[in-house]
Amino acid sequence: MPMAQGDAGVSASALEALLQRHGRDPHALLQLLRELQAEHGWLPRATLAQVAAALGLTPAQVEGVAGFYRFLHTQPVGRYRILFSDNITDRMLGSEALMADLCRRLGVAPGRVSDDGRVSVARTSCTGLCDQGPALLINHHAVVTRLDAARVAQLAGLVRGGVPVAQWPAEWFEVQDQVRRADVLLAEPPAPGAALSAALARGIPGMLSEMKLSNLRGRGGAGFATGLKWSLCRQAQGSEHVVVCNADEGEPGTFKDRVLLTRHADAVLEGMTIAAWLIGARRGFVYLRGEYRYLLERLEAVLQRRRDAGLLGTAILGRAGFDFDVRIHVGAGAYVCGEESSLIESLEGRRGTPRIRPPFPVQSGYLGQPTIVNNVETFCAAVHIALQGGAWWASIGTPKSAGTKIHSVSGDCERPGLYEYPFGTRIGRILEDCGARDTQAVQVGGPSGLCLSAFEFGRRIAFEDVPTAGAFMVFDRSRDMFEVARCFAHFFAHESCGFCTPCRVGTALVVKRMDKLAAGHGSRHDIDVLFELDKLMHGATHCGLGATACNPLRDTIAKFRPAYERHLKSLYFEPGFDLDAELSIARHLTGRDDPGAHLERLS
Amino acid sequence: MSEVEQVFSLDGEDLPFQAGDTVLQAATRVGRYIPHLCWHPDFAPHGSCRICTVKVNGRMAAACTVQAAPGLDVESRTDELNALRKTLLQMLFVEGNHFCPSCEKSGNCLLQATAYEVGMEGPHFEEFYPDRPVDASHPDLLLDFNRCILCELCVRASRDVDGKNVFAIGGHGIGTRLLVNSPSGRLADTAMALGDRAAGVCPVGVILPKRRGFAVPIGERRFDGAPVSGQVEGTP
Repeated sequence: MPMAQGDAGVSASALEALLQRHGRDPHALLQLLRELQAEHGWLPRATLAQVAAALGLTPAQVEGVAGFYRFLHTQPVGRYRILFSDNITDRMLGSEALMADLCRRLGVAPGRVSDDGRVSVARTSCTGLCDQGPALLINHHAVVTRLDAARVAQLAGLVRGGVPVAQWPAEWFEVQDQVRRADVLLAEPPAPGAALSAALARGIPGMLSEMKLSNLRGRGGAGFATGLKWSLCRQAQGSEHVVVCNADEGEPGTFKDRVLLTRHADAVLEGMTIAAWLIGARRGFVYLRGEYRYLLERLEAVLQRRRDAGLLGTAILGRAGFDFDVRIHVGAGAYVCGEESSLIESLEGRRGTPRIRPPFPVQSGYLGQPTIVNNVETFCAAVHIALQGGAWWASIGTPKSAGTKIHSVSGDCERPGLYEYPFGTRIGRILEDCGARDTQAVQVGGPSGLCLSAFEFGRRIAFEDVPTAGAFMVFDRSRDMFEVARCFAHFFAHESCGFCTPCRVGTALVVKRMDKLAAGHGSRHDIDVLFELDKLMHGATHCGLGATACNPLRDTIAKFRPAYERHLKSLYFEPGFDLDAELSIARHLTGRDDPGAHLERLS
Repeated sequence: MSEVEQVFSLDGEDLPFQAGDTVLQAATRVGRYIPHLCWHPDFAPHGSCRICTVKVNGRMAAACTVQAAPGLDVESRTDELNALRKTLLQMLFVEGNHFCPSCEKSGNCLLQATAYEVGMEGPHFEEFYPDRPVDASHPDLLLDFNRCILCELCVRASRDVDGKNVFAIGGHGIGTRLLVNSPSGRLADTAMALGDRAAGVCPVGVILPKRRGFAVPIGERRFDGAPVSGQVEGTP
């Protein structure tokens, strides 16, 4: 047995305590599984069956949920579960060599559990620490930033010595905010309650019209008009209305919400409270991505402080009937849950598979009730609109893109961190401010966004030009843009929910082609097939994940084609089947490895 | 008194529909064929296979999930869409292990028939050859997961019609797979019976009755006589 814990399941009393805490609500399944795993290390089949029986679900339903989320384990993992953040920015800072070094020191292969069950080391999607990477995540809770060879060597010693994570050097866990340029949202926040009072003074129709007047559009990427969304939800019929804050900041290269939740949690929650008042909601959720688990206690403390101050709970600000409270739902490693209908499925304790839309969440969301789902930054913006009015917000930025936008800048630049600018800011301006030199390309909006090359640096951040959800990854001329696209291809294949054919199979096929090119076995035909897959996935997928999965591929092939062609072995046709590699068994059996035992090399 | 007939356009021809119809329901009602795999007239739309992708007012969408509405301009039988469907079918073929000549469902298989329909002549992509052991534990039924296309019709039928919840979906991404709901994970330990709706709903050759091989010879099977597009019966 690789684990100290057996697979007989958790004790009845431990399970009972958790069940009671969650009121035996089957919609709390994901939270329950997360918390069970935090105590037990992994989720044995017997435990899943116990949970199913207690919640009135079938064992297979529970197994299906446990198998969906990357941070839940139905097989034993190490007592130290180490996950290296695997964004391209981590790789550019040397994460791959550091991970290889750690694995060597610990005598464990990547993706495996050490023989003594002590440790497992693997990769995970971007953990939102790109400005202070390479980063890793331990036991789905603590993060270590700014990894280097010395830290890895010391870390290996601590793991080998069985030192609890809580006793590791405190400075390793330091997460810095790195606010480099503040405008409205990142400036000194308003006093808690001030914006809520201002909103109440404006009245519901007044505040809703200010929201519309502001031209605020959602900051999560889709850019839907916030005032309109809230009005539609207010008008929708339901037994209750629900406010959801999307803090599942999974787009690689994006970390602005982490900082907003750290520094401006009051503003986020106040924006939610204003929204609750406008749409008539009593219940709210913050969907916090599993990678940000370390923020949970801090956020719970802010919630309690606001309850104590009469800014949450019953009769908010003394107003009878204005009741609203917020619960934090922690995700478990699934990028697709950033899509609002997947997020709602996940909130309900199910697999995070996107729903068929329409109906949209504003009509039928959480438990079928009218629900708004907005990004962390959107709620922050609403706070400032409540205070200063819609016309003021609309006067910032461009006519079609009102207000400011926060950018998470990382990659090849001197000063990575957060930069907030009014919409309409040139790409080149941001590059100058962050100290980027000899820049070859910028990936704006993350892998699902746009890859811009040097001749496009005069373009502007705006919904009508270069839209963005907040990532801004910089690549200088030393970088191989093919490798950037290949890293993103692996990301999308890893994060595909598996529901629809084009995304489930298409993302896997893209990875196969990219890996084949990387191995030097690619032909021009492979590049044509990649084009074909991109075209197919743009129209035929069930949700936006698949539709945008080939964006980096399409952009980099169009703009950096030589980077691809460098990986073509020769102008000869190179088949997918590697005949020489197939002969390796024969060579092994005959003990030969001389040139005569190999096929003639083409290059 | 006659109601005003509501119509939308499918490939340039007016197509009547009833309130609440999806594009695919309306087309099927009048005997018009739109290729599909995960959709079944008796079950709620699922939208996973994407074979029924059409263009609605110029935008791609799954015909099984788009609500019919007056004046919609729906394109289905175009070279572009048939090429797309062919690619999706090729994806399904390479993802699983589909060896038609040795499959009892050959000739009755919707995947195979649809592939013939759109002129698929080969897999085009490299095969994945996944390792998916069969489950032969049940006395009357065989589960050959090699052929699963994740349409979830068995999941829906067992849950919604049989009330047995024998199946569920597990995993994620390319590792997504059909789960059997029993302590052992084997079909023998479920309440599944030969007469269940879930036992007969599989469009491919995953769920098969045992001891009934080739009762109808190849050449006389459902899709041997007429292509799938010629077998949309419609409902008056």
